[in-house]
Amino acid sequence: MSASEPPVNSPDLRRLDPVLAPGHTYASVTDKIAAVVLTRPLGIGWLAGFTVAFGVVMVLFASLAWLIIKGVGIWGINVPIGWGFAIVNFVWWIGIGHAGTLISAILFLLNQKWRTSINRFAEAMTLFAVACAGIFPLIHTGRPWMAFYMFPYPSTMGVWPQFRSPLIWDVFAVSTYGTVSLLFWFVGLLPDLATLRDRAKTRTQQVIYGALSLGWRNSAHHWHRYQSAYLLLAGLATPLVLSVHTVVSFDFSVAIVPGWHTTIFPPYFVAGAIYSGFAMVLTLAIPLRKVYGLEDFITMRHLENMAKVMLATGLIVAYGYFVEFFMAFYSGNKFDVFLATQRLHGPYSHFYFALILCNILTPQLLWFEKVRRNVVALFLMSLVINTGMWLERFVIVVISLTRDFMPSAWGRYSATFWDYSTFVGTLGLFVMLIFLFVRGLPAIAISEMRELVAHQSNGKKENE
Amino acid sequence: MEKLTSPYKWGMVIDLDRCTGCGACVVACQAENNIPVVGKDQVMRGREMHWIRVDRYYHAESATNDASTYSPSLDNPETFFQPVPCMQCENAPCEQVCPVDATVHSAEGLNDMVYNRCIGTRYCSNNCPYKVRRFNFLRFQDWDTPQLKLMRNPEVTVRSRGVMEKCTYCVQRINNVRIDAEKQNRPIRDAEIVTACESACPSEAIVFGNANDPSSRVAKLKAQQRNYSILAEINARPRTTYLAAVRNPNAELEKA
Repeated sequence: MSASEPPVNSPDLRRLDPVLAPGHTYASVTDKIAAVVLTRPLGIGWLAGFTVAFGVVMVLFASLAWLIIKGVGIWGINVPIGWGFAIVNFVWWIGIGHAGTLISAILFLLNQKWRTSINRFAEAMTLFAVACAGIFPLIHTGRPWMAFYMFPYPSTMGVWPQFRSPLIWDVFAVSTYGTVSLLFWFVGLLPDLATLRDRAKTRTQQVIYGALSLGWRNSAHHWHRYQSAYLLLAGLATPLVLSVHTVVSFDFSVAIVPGWHTTIFPPYFVAGAIYSGFAMVLTLAIPLRKVYGLEDFITMRHLENMAKVMLATGLIVAYGYFVEFFMAFYSGNKFDVFLATQRLHGPYSHFYFALILCNILTPQLLWFEKVRRNVVALFLMSLVINTGMWLERFVIVVISLTRDFMPSAWGRYSATFWDYSTFVGTLGLFVMLIFLFVRGLPAIAISEMRELVAHQSNGKKENE
Repeated sequence: MEKLTSPYKWGMVIDLDRCTGCGACVVACQAENNIPVVGKDQVMRGREMHWIRVDRYYHAESATNDASTYSPSLDNPETFFQPVPCMQCENAPCEQVCPVDATVHSAEGLNDMVYNRCIGTRYCSNNCPYKVRRFNFLRFQDWDTPQLKLMRNPEVTVRSRGVMEKCTYCVQRINNVRIDAEKQNRPIRDAEIVTACESACPSEAIVFGNANDPSSRVAKLKAQQRNYSILAEINARPRTTYLAAVRNPNAELEKA
């Protein structure tokens, strides 16, 4: 078997790129990934990027402080548009998180080896996206200091949350999702944290990584328990990929607002979530592999596979748009028909056409292998899709509310400075957390990459 | 827990034939219920706080010079007014989506707002097909000027920022009458409760009362053929219903 061939024995996969560039050993894999955290000096690029992101986080804090001081009236919301950017951003962020869980849990259970080098930072991305998402349901309430009423705690007032409300389902869905994602990520990190502890150069590093690695000593017992725990958590996380965005879509489909009250929402939201999530993984992976020279680990095979997932989920989303229109006219419900025509001809139609361009038309380029294998094109495509998915949520949440049943109650929405600053602020928070993550923790799972090395050498032996 | 039965079933009928669109109900409601005046800037943003609004509908056919048939033109359309307070739906879409049970049904069919339970998700407003709910986007009330304290109705909560509010059918007036009736050990009489909008209406278009009592004014009006609910197909079963406007103009007197 020549060195350029993939480590997988299946004949129809021979044409594909390897998931790990050939010639790597246990030591070289460990060195290369751990070096990013332990030995590489802080470059000017990292410092500059981190500083900018940190500055944007300060904008977020300022926006939140002003929000608490003045109230949600600083945003563009009104009656009838009770939900604006905050809910759009919440749905967008929570959707982005989904790719991380899909990659780490479902692809793990399906034994997809190519997930190995991207699962760690995809999971990190999930956590950070959930952190950004989690800010919004809290702050969008009129009295965020009373938001704990949404939790079923033993209140002296004897009052419980109102369990028929999809917002309560959201509380449970999102908090479960956040918890399981964190656990899954942390458990997966344990062997790598121990590797970092053993290779740490300074006392501080030793103490921090030592404490975090929970006494991992690489014994067979540890590995046995680790493998079962990881498998169990993967099993727990798998239904969450489907359930979380389904529940988020219930916020809309359970309501009676035309444009919200649609049964296609759960599958279409889940597909959209995975769609935007993979776009975000590409947005992060492409610069990461370039800057830290990880092209051997995040190969063209990964990028191409992610592009294919985007193409598939993008088509499901396109089907969702089609069904929304079809059902509006098929039902004959005059409000639904009106809403559908408003999307095409109403005052916000440019958003709808931009959405179609970003989410349906542009991604069709992914049918071409040349585009799927062009790193720059993929990077741009990922940005386009993320924009499109944000527009999709804007179209659903805001535009549906502008013109519902009674023309006398119609309204218009325009975002204010504080809407934008809060959204941009969470982007800054996300980027800042990513910056901290790539320098503080191994961005690629070292232990799993070593397994890949083992697979590769075994494959070689069998072939020889 | 309160039993969900009561001799009273509060309802309202608004006769669109009588309504002249004067807006007295809006002002009366504002004074009665301590509704803040939010100012031009907030109204432009769609944040007016009126618990009752007067919708306008126009009817016109293409302009015609034929005087023999009554045919309103675009220049002089036939105008209809429709005051819209909270419909106090029996099957209220707002109640089902509130995550904290801040808007709940009373035994008498009122759709109550619990201000100190409300956290302000605004989901109820989104799900209200009539869009009669109003939200305190900012602190609209002036709590500091002492003179203003004397202006306010002491029987109505002054709402703070971040909570939803809406028409209560003047629940404070209902309860005042109820206390009197209980002291005299008798049921509440018809027309004894007069809501603020009803009391101000110069053409007596608004009638409030107990729809459970077939002899009440409101029950008789609801039995009329002209009685209808807005958006009845949604099946929210509103307690506020309307008597449709019937125009029968004399073609010889009214020309288009």
